Amino acid sequence: MLPPWWFAVPALLVYAVVVLYPTGTGIVYAFTDWTGIGDWSFVGFDNFTKLWDDDAARGSVVNTLLLTIAIVVVQNGVGLLLALGVHTHIKSRALLRVIFFAPAVVSPVMVAFLWKYVYNPKPGEGLNGLLGAIGLGSWRQDWLGDPDLALWSVAFMVVWQFAGYSMVIFLAGLESVPDNLHEAAMIDGAGRWQRFRHVTWPLLAPAVTVNVMLSTIGGLKLFDQVYAATNGGPGYASETLSTVLYKQAFVFGNYGYSTAIALVLALFVSAISLVQVQILRGREVTAG
Amino acid sequence: MSFRYGLRTFALELLMIAVALAFLFPVYALVTLSLKDPQQIAASPLSPPTSPTFGNFGDAWERASFGSALLNSTLITVTSVVLLIAVGSFAAYFIARRRTGLGYGMYVLFLLGIVLPFQLGMIPLFKLVDDAGLLGTYQGMVIFYTGIQLPFTIFLYTGFIRALPSEYADAALIDGAGHMRAFTQVVFPLLRPITGTVLILNAVFIWNDFFTPLLYLGGSAKETIPVRIFSFVGQYVSEYGLVFAGLVLAALPILAIFLVLQKYVIKGFSSGLKG
Repeated sequence: MLPPWWFAVPALLVYAVVVLYPTGTGIVYAFTDWTGIGDWSFVGFDNFTKLWDDDAARGSVVNTLLLTIAIVVVQNGVGLLLALGVHTHIKSRALLRVIFFAPAVVSPVMVAFLWKYVYNPKPGEGLNGLLGAIGLGSWRQDWLGDPDLALWSVAFMVVWQFAGYSMVIFLAGLESVPDNLHEAAMIDGAGRWQRFRHVTWPLLAPAVTVNVMLSTIGGLKLFDQVYAATNGGPGYASETLSTVLYKQAFVFGNYGYSTAIALVLALFVSAISLVQVQILRGREVTAG
Repeated sequence: MSFRYGLRTFALELLMIAVALAFLFPVYALVTLSLKDPQQIAASPLSPPTSPTFGNFGDAWERASFGSALLNSTLITVTSVVLLIAVGSFAAYFIARRRTGLGYGMYVLFLLGIVLPFQLGMIPLFKLVDDAGLLGTYQGMVIFYTGIQLPFTIFLYTGFIRALPSEYADAALIDGAGHMRAFTQVVFPLLRPITGTVLILNAVFIWNDFFTPLLYLGGSAKETIPVRIFSFVGQYVSEYGLVFAGLVLAALPILAIFLVLQKYVIKGFSSGLKG
């Protein structure tokens, strides 16, 4: 007794209007010189060769990848350490969990505004003020104004907001590791590191998969934080695919070119997540 | 395993608390500055507020028309989440119970929406919403969120329903109930755990979303909190106390809900994404 087909009709209708039709048209526009007004014509792969020749756009591809790698590595590294630290018998563990996770529920734009202050270049303000107060005055930087630093400062801000998110996913993984496996390993004489390496880590593989995929997709598509914190600057130093395609569309009105950049982004996201899923799923094992 | 709170655990406890304190520095700066007037900020921005003033909060509430933004965010989030749960659970029930042919094809079609960045359809959709006269309206946003979050919602529901025995619904159907009643009165209540996850993840996403409401609602009376705060910060950028009071106001509603429902929220975030 199967449910009738019309159960799916409302969902299909909304999905077709909001996602399928616009995405389909978007892919077509990527091969045109459409500017939103007047006629347009097909220009083949011109938008893509333009992307390759456009220094700012090409730099944004590199920035997007660097930013994503930094976020994936640091956010998950920190998330794992936090999870291991909290998944113990310390008395503050419940409170710490809440504290570390809390930023993840706040709007990224607001976190970016807060961090814009933290990154204030003045010596007495924000992070610089803190560094001065603890005797590390020589570490002060123009965090968002220095072209060599801006991208990494944005990455660090994202890590601050979402490391707790990685932590809770790792915690769920840690809780699924049966105690008796640890006991058995202990009886066999395995030390702390060996137990982590050979018992905990393999069983954490599903959590690693989820975390790596989530942070990769999030990193590649990152927009709000960059837009609010640096708007791609100084110069093009922290420009990403998302900010470039936004500017091409809503500042310059190059709709065709903008959707071409979106298509490149879509290809990156699909290709990278496909490869990741193959590699990460392959190393998953179960405790059963 | 029996456990004794030894020196090693104590050292770890101290270390983790130190990490948490460093982690909280931005929050300390946020709260401290929001409690100071411009003179106090000029004198020493980061010292603990000795004579806290709460005037910034009233000013920020008024100048950002925060009340209306709160109402807009609430209406858009609640309506979108209710629609997502209704439309998504029905479709997922169909997809989960028909694993071949049409059901499978639809599953793949919806999954596609999880991977595709929405920017690909961003401009055509903007034109569509503009042509339909839905810029600056609640309806435009609600339809957008329902469509854009459906893939993820259906993905969560389908996984859950597939693991659920079909005997419950069959029994109701044999007793003479229609498909509609069998689903709404028998199956849907069984979906409560995943409905909780769907609700939390979608509500947090919609409540915090910035880019699309900026495009669709920017400058209108229907601006949501992130958009309103964005223009508020731009306007008063040099008045830290005021800006930070605005940020505290903006973050408080969702943080308060998170603190009350922390167990469910953390569970939703950590379990819902395993597929």
